[in-house]
Amino acid sequence: MRHLLDTRTLSRADALSILDVAEDMADTQLREVKKLPTLRGKTVVNLFFEDSTRTRISFEAAAKRLSADVINFSAKGSSVSKGESLKDTAQTLAAIGADAVVIRHGASGAPHTLAASGWIDAGILNAGDGTHEHPTQALLDAFTMRRRIHGAGASRGRDLDGVHVVIVGDILHSRVARSNVWLLSSLGAQVTLVAPPTLLPVGIEGWPASVSYDLDAVLAENPDVVMMLRIQGERMHDAFFPNSREYSRRWGLDDERLARLTGDSIVMHPGPMNRGLEISSGAADSPRSTVLEQVSSGVSVRMAALYLLLSGEREDQR
Amino acid sequence: MTTPTPTTSKDTAVQNETYLIRGARLSSGETTDLILENGVIAELGNGLTRAGATTVDAEGLIALPGLVDLHTHLREPGFEHSETVLTGTRAAASGGYTTVFAMANTSPVADTAGVVEQELSLGEQAGYARVQPIGAVTVGLAGERLAELGAMAESRAKVRVFSDDGLCVSDPQLMRRALEYVKAFDGVIAQHAQDPKLTPGAQMNEGSVSAELGLTGWPAMAEESIIARDVLIAEHVGSRLHICHLSTAGSVEVIRWAKARGINVTAEVTPHHLLLTEELVRSYDARYKVNPPLRRAEDVLALREALADGTIDIVATDHAPHPAEAKECAWAEAANGMVGLESALSVVHESMVETGLIGWADVERVMSRTPAQIGRISGQGLAIAVGNPAEITLYDPAARSDFAVADLRGRSINSPYLGTSLPGRVQATFHRGYATVLGGELVPLEKIQELVASHA
Repeated sequence: MRHLLDTRTLSRADALSILDVAEDMADTQLREVKKLPTLRGKTVVNLFFEDSTRTRISFEAAAKRLSADVINFSAKGSSVSKGESLKDTAQTLAAIGADAVVIRHGASGAPHTLAASGWIDAGILNAGDGTHEHPTQALLDAFTMRRRIHGAGASRGRDLDGVHVVIVGDILHSRVARSNVWLLSSLGAQVTLVAPPTLLPVGIEGWPASVSYDLDAVLAENPDVVMMLRIQGERMHDAFFPNSREYSRRWGLDDERLARLTGDSIVMHPGPMNRGLEISSGAADSPRSTVLEQVSSGVSVRMAALYLLLSGEREDQR
Repeated sequence: MTTPTPTTSKDTAVQNETYLIRGARLSSGETTDLILENGVIAELGNGLTRAGATTVDAEGLIALPGLVDLHTHLREPGFEHSETVLTGTRAAASGGYTTVFAMANTSPVADTAGVVEQELSLGEQAGYARVQPIGAVTVGLAGERLAELGAMAESRAKVRVFSDDGLCVSDPQLMRRALEYVKAFDGVIAQHAQDPKLTPGAQMNEGSVSAELGLTGWPAMAEESIIARDVLIAEHVGSRLHICHLSTAGSVEVIRWAKARGINVTAEVTPHHLLLTEELVRSYDARYKVNPPLRRAEDVLALREALADGTIDIVATDHAPHPAEAKECAWAEAANGMVGLESALSVVHESMVETGLIGWADVERVMSRTPAQIGRISGQGLAIAVGNPAEITLYDPAARSDFAVADLRGRSINSPYLGTSLPGRVQATFHRGYATVLGGELVPLEKIQELVASHA
């Protein structure tokens, strides 16, 4: 694997291989000494143009447990024009000798631009770009689902065939939703997107997912997974919805809706949560909730991605 | 080798330069020789001879009236790192253009007689093509108060086309007033049709590709609704309206409807909207970022058909130079626009002529005659006939090559065609009777400057 830029072009075989390596990584995390020597001497740069403490520390933990040297580069607030700083920063990191760059950027496609630019030779790992994709989030979500559904010891090699996943919230602006739609469908899951019509992109018809405006009707289908997305209250200023109270009433996972979930169905959230808005505390803290498992899965999946990116590169050079 | 006899005055030497063009094919299909003398077409016919004339072998070449671009961004004054009047007109000449209409979004904005006269003078000094300034509709392009349209019309620049291009005159009452006011001097408002309230932060065409790429959409209806509104205003007040860079199939339908109703509206399409689609945006390569954005394949086909059937009147380049750093960045941070003067004729050749939709007589109409008429400019866009000004382009339709940076003659290289195979090549351009391009190469600046001095 040269780069990990999106799940749209990630093959099913590559996705399964990342998930299986992540299982190996997860096993090592149960040991008393969690650190592996695998990436000793490699330099991983966390290049964050947007603030994201959660994602950054997850990548940092992943790289450090593989013994890579980690440089955290927060480009936010830089006074140079943003375009110049992407190019200049990339060239600077190349000169420093970065082997992998984990990039978070507010502009959709920035990781693609970096990978195609020739400014830097390192492997590029997309840690969230604008409203485009967040591939490691989708991979950790799939990893978490696979473990809940098949069991931690029996997940290797398994896909998500026939699993019904409902994703609820601001699909229009969500990179998490996009990455999940492509990845989950390629793993065989049946995806339903639920949102107010204003928060669904025009042109969604071609996506491998069904679309509904009615959360209650979709919950009545007894889905296996209900994934709630963070909603930004400020969206109401652009008339995407009247106010957060109405949003919460129609599209929030409250205690009453939680009680209607059946069997072993699970509740997911990529964090950070707005408790009381898109998800109630009761739902967030219930046994169905995988919120904290998602966080620990994140470290395993990111270890796997870094390992495959950097060891693959080493093979290329031989 | 004999030394040419020195002439008595430099003026005479330059002005008497005579060209004998042999064997050019006219858009009618007829083959003819041409003699260009004293700035006009002196003779047409076969087997012409003229002592002392410079002979140009035009066998296999098509002779077109010099091309006229109604929509060029020359960037001077204010943005000389992107383009200047000199570099932009060199790009124009190399693309076969003899006239460019310079858009008003310079700095300062071309919203006063002083600025448009300055642009006119810069064009005269450059000498590679005629520069006809376009005046801003509103002061500073701010969309609030009318600029001094009358003063610009009466100035030495004789402005007839007014546009806030880059920005839409979105206030309907202001648009109505502007359309009414320019009737006093037979002016036209060239509208950049984009409802700003429907396109905040827009990055690309809104549809399945934008949904996937996570780029904010620029919906087709934001263009179509402004065109629909403006043709109704133009009808109501009986004014002349021109629509810049029409880009959607729906816009074509609105224009078709308006023309059928007898509304005095004309429309332009850019070469890039005739050839390129939004699929290119998947690369996130900012060379493909342009406003209005690249649209769907269905739109491209509708635009080609509309240009062929006359619903769209002209091709205009929207030549928009930008420095490298404005494109070497993330998509959302990149500037809108592409250079187009050097490639326009080849792109029209590829998209319209090679596809059998139009012939060379139509190319002459949509790239020279009609743009000159819409812009109310004299001495341009006229047929190749004895006595008409010697504004001529010689084009080799048989050539084909990969478009390269070396084909770009302006200051900026933000072309979407680099590395793309395109047909044809401009072999010569004649402006005011002298060559600005000869043998496929720009005539050197010193030579042009000499000619300019002699005409002054």
